[in-house]
Amino acid sequence: MSRPGIRRILVIAVVLLGLCGIAFAAIAYRPAIARVTRPDPRQFDPALVARGGNLARLGNCVSCHQAAGGRPYAGGYPIKTPFGTIYGSNITPDAATGIGSWSPAAFRRAMREGVGRDGSHLYPAFPYTHYAGVADGDVDALYAFLMTRPALRAVPPANRMIPPLGFRPLLAGWKLLFFHPQPVVADPRQSAAWNRGRYIGETLAHCTACHSPRGLLQQEKRGDQAYDGGWSGGWYAPPINAHSPAVRAWTVERLDAYFRTGLSTAHAAAAGPMGPVTYNLARAAPADVRALATYYAWQMRAAPAARAEPRLPDRRALASQRHPEGARLYAGACAVCHEPGAAMMVAGRPALPLGTPLHEANPRDTIQVILKGLKPPVAPRGPYMPAFADALDDRQVAEVVAYLQARHGTGPAWPDLEKDVAAARKEGE
Amino acid sequence: MSGQASRRDILGGLLVAFALAPTAALAQTGGGEGSGGPPTVAPDLPGTLAKFPDLDAWIRIGADGRVTVFTGKVELGTGVKTAMAQLAADELDVAIGRVDLITADTALTPNEGVTAGSQTLEQSGTAIANAAACVRLLLAEIAAARWGVAATTLFTRDGVVLDGQGRRASYAELAASTSLAVRARADVPRKPVAARRLIGRPVPRVDLPAKLTGLPSYVQDMRLPDMVHARVLRGPSSGTRLTPDLAALRRQPGVARVVQVGRFAAIVGPREWPLEQALRVANQGAWTRDAAVPALPPMPAGLLEMRRESSVIDTRRDASAAPGVRRLSARYDRPYLMHGAIGPSCAVALMAEGQLTVWTHSQGVEPLRTAIAELVAMPADRVRCVHREGAGCYGHNGADDVAGDAALIARAMPGVPVRLQWSREQEHGWEPLGPAMLAQIDATLDASGRIVDWRHQVWSNTHSTRPVAAGDLLAGVEVVPPFAPTPPKPIPQPNGGGDRNAIPLYRFANQSIVSHFLPDMPVRVSALRGLGAHLNIFALESAIDELAAAAGRDPVAFRLAHLDDPRAAEVIRRAAARFGWNRYRPRPNRGRGFAFARYKNHGAYCAVALDVERIPDEGRLIVHRAVVAVDSGEAVNPDGIRNQVEGGLLQSLSWTAYEAAGHDGTRRTDYDWSGYPILRFADVPHSVVVEVADRPGTPFLGTGECAQGPTAAALANALAAATGVRTRSMPLAGGLATRS
Amino acid sequence: MIDLTVNGATARVDVDPATPLLYVLRDDLRLHAAKFGCGLGQCGACTVLVDDRPVFACLLPVGAVGTRTVTTVEGLGTAAAPGDVQRAFLHEQAAQCGYCIPGMIARAEGLLRKTVTPTETELRSAMAPSLCRCGTHMRILRAVRRAAVMRGGGVVEPAEPVT
Repeated sequence: MSRPGIRRILVIAVVLLGLCGIAFAAIAYRPAIARVTRPDPRQFDPALVARGGNLARLGNCVSCHQAAGGRPYAGGYPIKTPFGTIYGSNITPDAATGIGSWSPAAFRRAMREGVGRDGSHLYPAFPYTHYAGVADGDVDALYAFLMTRPALRAVPPANRMIPPLGFRPLLAGWKLLFFHPQPVVADPRQSAAWNRGRYIGETLAHCTACHSPRGLLQQEKRGDQAYDGGWSGGWYAPPINAHSPAVRAWTVERLDAYFRTGLSTAHAAAAGPMGPVTYNLARAAPADVRALATYYAWQMRAAPAARAEPRLPDRRALASQRHPEGARLYAGACAVCHEPGAAMMVAGRPALPLGTPLHEANPRDTIQVILKGLKPPVAPRGPYMPAFADALDDRQVAEVVAYLQARHGTGPAWPDLEKDVAAARKEGE
Repeated sequence: MSGQASRRDILGGLLVAFALAPTAALAQTGGGEGSGGPPTVAPDLPGTLAKFPDLDAWIRIGADGRVTVFTGKVELGTGVKTAMAQLAADELDVAIGRVDLITADTALTPNEGVTAGSQTLEQSGTAIANAAACVRLLLAEIAAARWGVAATTLFTRDGVVLDGQGRRASYAELAASTSLAVRARADVPRKPVAARRLIGRPVPRVDLPAKLTGLPSYVQDMRLPDMVHARVLRGPSSGTRLTPDLAALRRQPGVARVVQVGRFAAIVGPREWPLEQALRVANQGAWTRDAAVPALPPMPAGLLEMRRESSVIDTRRDASAAPGVRRLSARYDRPYLMHGAIGPSCAVALMAEGQLTVWTHSQGVEPLRTAIAELVAMPADRVRCVHREGAGCYGHNGADDVAGDAALIARAMPGVPVRLQWSREQEHGWEPLGPAMLAQIDATLDASGRIVDWRHQVWSNTHSTRPVAAGDLLAGVEVVPPFAPTPPKPIPQPNGGGDRNAIPLYRFANQSIVSHFLPDMPVRVSALRGLGAHLNIFALESAIDELAAAAGRDPVAFRLAHLDDPRAAEVIRRAAARFGWNRYRPRPNRGRGFAFARYKNHGAYCAVALDVERIPDEGRLIVHRAVVAVDSGEAVNPDGIRNQVEGGLLQSLSWTAYEAAGHDGTRRTDYDWSGYPILRFADVPHSVVVEVADRPGTPFLGTGECAQGPTAAALANALAAATGVRTRSMPLAGGLATRS
Repeated sequence: MIDLTVNGATARVDVDPATPLLYVLRDDLRLHAAKFGCGLGQCGACTVLVDDRPVFACLLPVGAVGTRTVTTVEGLGTAAAPGDVQRAFLHEQAAQCGYCIPGMIARAEGLLRKTVTPTETELRSAMAPSLCRCGTHMRILRAVRRAAVMRGGGVVEPAEPVT
């Protein structure tokens, strides 16, 4: 082609790119909202503050906005994503380092649109994709609650994103592709509790954020794939729809008890990220927790266990034969708590096979609970398990897991267990 | 130290021994817990010398110059072994490394009853110090007679008597020439303060090097030749009965034998691990509720409904007092609390040649021996109980029961040493708990803000079911026919049980203190460190703060205004000053709290100031600073005192803020630490400072239990200041509100 | 037959490989520092080091130790020649009944092998699995802060300065 032709194509390309850039900037640009003086906590109606507190428990806000050993809402908690580590921000009403200078409008925009006061786009690790559906009154209640917390000066560590993902305006593109908020509309055919549960679950409690699979750009899969299982903090969040692998039905009563106490005696204790979730639900309004239970029991109404709870065979001899080292490790390290006659079993704690991990499609949760143990989820007293990460090496953990699955599990034997244990250690750090 | 300094020790100067406070009347052995103990035969002698006046009951000097000191008290982790070695070594003038201390052994030591009530130094320490001073004088007098000089011209150093001109005689040689089976003398003075080398110094604990490097130090570490291990079979909780399948257990690998006596059953074998597994098999057996144990009503209100025996333990009337214008009426309570020893109880027993020896961490080997002798139907002089340390017990825990269990097994296996270890779950299920208690305080202020009327009522079970007979041991109730338990009795003032420290040290014009003794025990209870003082001081000192607030007075000044005990005033001022009480800046969610008590009103003085923050939305407590001032009288080892007070403060923070033993009406529900969490490092204060008053030459006042009460109240007062809300029920940090 | 490397020496024991290491240490090897406190991994009295990491000996089957090195408190020093952590504990007189202290020393040693400059929060977090009922916590923390200094480091922002 002739040089003028090349030049013309180049000019057109540059102009087009420039236009795209301008268009992109136009889409991405959000103006800053002016700072306000930190509102006087006394101006907020105590009833509104209490309502906001309840919503914050349901939304589990404090789990991402409090560092280990830090103060509530002061931020600093690392959220690991495939794109890097994002640190939860300080959402106390400190003017300099928190959201003390945010107006109600700025707060609303953050919740609904994922845009900060200064106009920067927020990473969807902050689940505004869900909070977009929170009703106005509820957003205002949350604002009232946060503005009446102690104002704490705390600067979280800087995010560590894989370049160029630290460039926030790129998020506008992500939003263009994946952020299409729909309001949650009540279904008149369902009960008030069901509707309340769906509203809370789909917005504030953002359950799909962990329990749904995600696409390549970390967008939650919706439609048929909603609640089909996902990942959080190195743990697997099993399906909580018709594909729930639980071997005991998740009735409203059992879910309600699990949410409020961190334990379902027909299943197991809340482990991993569900620990903090139940910690906060235990402190939320009981009627709201019951509503959540109502909705998710409905979500799992067609799960296999909802129709028929299978017998749970104990293939002890077979498992010992196939995995003799696993059997020996179990006898010395696990049996003291998990076998009949152990004090906790005599006291009525659920037997191992009742818990969902041994019946999931992958061994991750079984591995993690062995590596990390379990702290009492909702109160200082409660189910407790020590961590075995330092006592057992990858191969030994794999042996125990293989033994357990052979003895109690469902489905085909998990392959490559030793590799899975190594991966679990890494991801759970 | 120069010879001149020693020469200043006046020997035989017939200085009248300093007058001790009249503690003989107050010094019930073990603070009134357990049996009464042997009679007083020499009322002119101090401490337990009054009951065992002969010097050789306390001190022997060997041919090698080593000094053996005998005490009927025991080391529980309080450091008294070191303190008593200091007293003996200093008063005798020997190096502390030459002193061997033998603690309670029914075959070897004076019967000093139970080591409890913070009376070890007062009773045994006083006896040992004076006995040592007597022995030193005696040996010097022998040398003086031998050399034809006056004893006042001689001095002693490091186990040798010297005349300063070259003549010397070792204690060993002098002791060999005489007998120490002579009565102590009441008029022998203790060493002057200026001459002391050890007393009053923070001498390092003599037992720590071994404990910190793994040398066998505890009853749990004992390994005798041909020793077998054992595990006892019981239901999951006091109030339950297990029906194990003994035939199946006999067939379990590693179970060499099952010992059964009536309903008592234990498995025995050469190794521990198979027994642990067999124990788990046994625990799959059915258990039933013990019908003899009454159901537990909801607490604490249930205490008010129980059968009671009420008595007025103190009363004062002053009709001329100003009329009351403001009234406080408040109820304070605490739940059942665990001792919670880190090491579950353990005992070793051996029946050999018609003699039963039990090695036990019981606080009272003498009454335990009596109980075990009755249990195994042997004469008491054929049963020997020897104290070996266990983990800290903080009162009457499972130590005595496990000793009884081991004795029964050993009797069935003559010639074989038996080591019986309770499991963690058994300790949680069966150890006697500290009683739940409730106090009602009604007080009135006059127009000038002075308290003019004070009424304190307290409801409580007994605080001692320490065994004195076989029926007080768990095994004693399981054999057939069972022995009957000793009926519970209140511990009388001036020590008290549930009413310990219910009588205020403050001066109120009018007061009435009533103790409601509750004899029925739906929950197995006994002495927990401090006994009633924990709840009574919690109540008393919380009420004082509430009244101070009503009167618009500073809490510290308010206390001082009602006290006329100068030593009390001094610890209060000292704690407040060190804390910076008057400089404290209030901050949101953070407050300061103060409290004071004199333990039993005749023990140690202790004032506590706390700076506490409560994190909203979490309910977490942060103790930023704790400052304590304590006056225990003469401080033998000031670091030992500091250690005990720090420990008592932290333990009380745990009890008061976090602890409550669970019970579902029929049985206990906490079977391990996950059900009964205690203070962990994350919740430990940022800083603790303890200031120890030293008052040489004054009586020992004890230390081990003085901090629990004031700490509980100081915490309540600090939280009230921090949150604006007054909590009167322990645990203060509470759990979730119960949702049904 | 199971071979173990304990405190630098080989030990050979003939026991059920499922036997928790704690019983082997105490009953077969006569190493009494590690204590039985619960057998459930809740109290830390049994803590020993396995390849520099603190573990609950009550929950580690002896057959699982393999070639990893086991260090008990006896391996850190003796009464005549205590190690630096033990000396720090003795300096602070960090014990009352003493039952939990070997577990504390082992756990502290494990922390200091990882870092000699932990923050105060990391220090408390590292020690948290070990329980003390006597309330000796302040002295234990003081001892570990002192030991960190003795190892050329020091706790960052200590709650109480090392004096």
